[in-house]
Amino acid sequence: MDINNIIDYLVKSADSPEKTIKESCEKNNKEAVGWVAPYAPEEIIYAANCIPVGIWGGQVELTKARTYLPAFACSIMQSIMEYETRGTYDLLKAVLIPAVCDTLKCFGQKWKGTCEAIPFVFPQNREAKSAEGFLESEYKYIKSRLEEILGITITEEALQDSIVLYNDYRAEMRRFVEIASNRTDIITPLIRHKIIKASYFMDKKDYLEYIRELNKKLRLLPPNKSKNKRIVVTGIMLEPDGVIDYFEKYGMDIVGDDLAHESRQFRTDAPFSGSPLNSLAKRWTNHSACSLAFDPYKERIQYLVDLVNHYKADGLVIALMKFCDPEEYDVPVIMDRMKKENIPLQVIEIDQQAKSFEQINTRLQSFAENL
Amino acid sequence: MLMRLKKRGDKMSIINENMTSKEMLGILVEKNMEDARKAKANGELVCWSSSIAPCEFTETMGICTIYPENYAAVLAAKKLAPEFLEHAERKGYANDICGYARINLGYMDLKKELDEIEFPLPDLVLLCNNICETLLKWYENIAYELNIPLLIVDVPYNHGDEVTEENIKYVEAQLYDLIHQLELICNKPFDMDKFQEVMKIASDNATAWYEATSLCSAVPSPLSGFDMFNYMALIVCMRGKKECGITFKKLKAELEEKIANGEGGLKGVEEKHRIMWDGIACWPYLSHTYKVLKNKGANMTGSTYPSAWALEYTPGNLYEMAKVYTGMGNNLSLKGQTDLRKDIIKETKCNGVIMHLNRSCKMCDFLQYEIGKDLEESLNIPITTFDGDQADPRNYSKAQYETRIEALVEMIEQRSR
Ligand code: SF4
Ligand code: SF4
Repeated sequence: MDINNIIDYLVKSADSPEKTIKESCEKNNKEAVGWVAPYAPEEIIYAANCIPVGIWGGQVELTKARTYLPAFACSIMQSIMEYETRGTYDLLKAVLIPAVCDTLKCFGQKWKGTCEAIPFVFPQNREAKSAEGFLESEYKYIKSRLEEILGITITEEALQDSIVLYNDYRAEMRRFVEIASNRTDIITPLIRHKIIKASYFMDKKDYLEYIRELNKKLRLLPPNKSKNKRIVVTGIMLEPDGVIDYFEKYGMDIVGDDLAHESRQFRTDAPFSGSPLNSLAKRWTNHSACSLAFDPYKERIQYLVDLVNHYKADGLVIALMKFCDPEEYDVPVIMDRMKKENIPLQVIEIDQQAKSFEQINTRLQSFAENL
Repeated sequence: MLMRLKKRGDKMSIINENMTSKEMLGILVEKNMEDARKAKANGELVCWSSSIAPCEFTETMGICTIYPENYAAVLAAKKLAPEFLEHAERKGYANDICGYARINLGYMDLKKELDEIEFPLPDLVLLCNNICETLLKWYENIAYELNIPLLIVDVPYNHGDEVTEENIKYVEAQLYDLIHQLELICNKPFDMDKFQEVMKIASDNATAWYEATSLCSAVPSPLSGFDMFNYMALIVCMRGKKECGITFKKLKAELEEKIANGEGGLKGVEEKHRIMWDGIACWPYLSHTYKVLKNKGANMTGSTYPSAWALEYTPGNLYEMAKVYTGMGNNLSLKGQTDLRKDIIKETKCNGVIMHLNRSCKMCDFLQYEIGKDLEESLNIPITTFDGDQADPRNYSKAQYETRIEALVEMIEQRSR
């Protein structure tokens, strides 16, 4: 496949989730199991011979969701609730729901789809020696619930294989964002986003092949000499597409990210350990610099400075999910630090329910002009 | 009054049996803050703690511990919150963040350069997320801004209907970690004998709190639920001190006497309706929310607060201690939270429920629809909700509250006909 075909295929896959999921299931003779953003042990789902599907909401008008959630619930969960009640997720066999914030704790208790919900908790005191053991027990619970629902047995071997595959995928993704940061003429902000997004609906084994091939081909191209401004984005996610369009319109390339939807997914590997579930638990205790994993030293702040420096970026954009309190707490602290570092910063609000983005338009325009 | 008491020497208890529980409450709440200011001035450690964290550990170490949630509520009730809320928002905090957190972070930022302040800044913080996850982020920010140690007891949410062994063990292990961490911070050994004593006091106080406040089940209730809101300050701030238990025992005796005399808790008004209040008080409008109910002869007899601090365990048993901290109301599954309310409604004989849709507290709100529906269907009890906020005066409408209460009382009356 030539480079354009690969990109085309991945972009299309990202643009029609339902179709992609169905095709992936058919092709590989698998079922689909969902997991609600931001994090889940996808490896366990994969080892259950299922396609793990990431659930990150989408642009939708709220009708039914209003009954179940007050207007000040975060925008992504509003969309997910809307889709739940419309039956959008009924093609899934089960759905994992992590309790990383107050909203998600409640959300795990009130799933309105027809498939079974499997709520679980990530321990937050990740420095405690007991955290790993606790998380292993949560993962055991997930594993046994999946076995029950799907009527299968998840073997140690399948888990090990799945971990190896996922570590490969993560390594390849880290390579991709690195290479893409210097090929922004081809990997534009929208394309970068779509390529990463496609991974949520495909079999990781297939997806990995595409990314590997893409990386190989991209590498052969000379780094581009774009005159565009170089931007790092942080937050939960950068969507809808209409928002990303403004980056392109105002000549800003996205060269790096700290988005939960994107790089935070593949930043941390599952280290080698005697037991696969322990290895997966360690992946979480090793995860750091994230707004959703207790961060007593606010490592995220330094991480953002490092990210900006690494990519020689001109500025940082916080894509702040509307009403996401874990992210909101970090904003003032990031603002202070960026001021000290002389790193230009802009905050934009991500609202999946928005139909127009006038405020974002103005903000990004003036941000770009002042860089 | 405090000056006079101070002269009598700090060792002597500043309350005595001849005082009413209300007098004791006033003296103790003030003394608690006074002690913190003194400790700060003397260069001793001051700790900020979340409201249902295990106070037994800092108490044993002799670290003066004070409670931002409580102080934020005090400021809000005195109508002093806006200055701090606005300051926090100017710093970049979004206005949907918990009002207690915004007040506290605003206060911290405004006062951090001053020498002597009413609510002294901490040298360490302790959080236990058994009430919400918001605390994680809030306390991260305090620790980061002040560059001080952050101690955490991470209590996993009980997403299933049981409190699991694994959950308890994880929490128990952290309690041992806490001992070690405090030894390092204080540079002295943790006194196990003192710890034993403190655990006994804390557990007894929890019992005394529960026994007094659960007298609301008498008809008429001898206590107005709004008075209970005031007593809460003590169980939050002084659960590790014996004066706390003395006060609640006194309160219990007073309430028993009222029960014997058939006296109700609504001043000058007969108790016609018994309401369960679901959620936190609306501190900036405490008196309005109270009076509207009182005018209808409605007393708040049910709430989740009596059981929230009923943290009883065998002193010395850290497993049991872990279990009570992880099994408290806010940390239960939907079914657990619903059942808890069903029990409260039955025990305190409520015939209506008010749910505070609290803009500040997602944990209080996001299961409300499901809980309310279940209560309505299974107990055939009328329910109303109102939009409010525990601390931010901007999110409350007197008119809406009045209309909703009016409608609730009508529904209660209709059903009792
Ligand atoms: S509040 Fe934030 S972390 Fe929680 S569900 Fe919403 S977007 Fe995710
Ligand atoms: S009011 Fe709610 S969000 Fe705020 S500290 Fe209390 S439980 Fe947490």
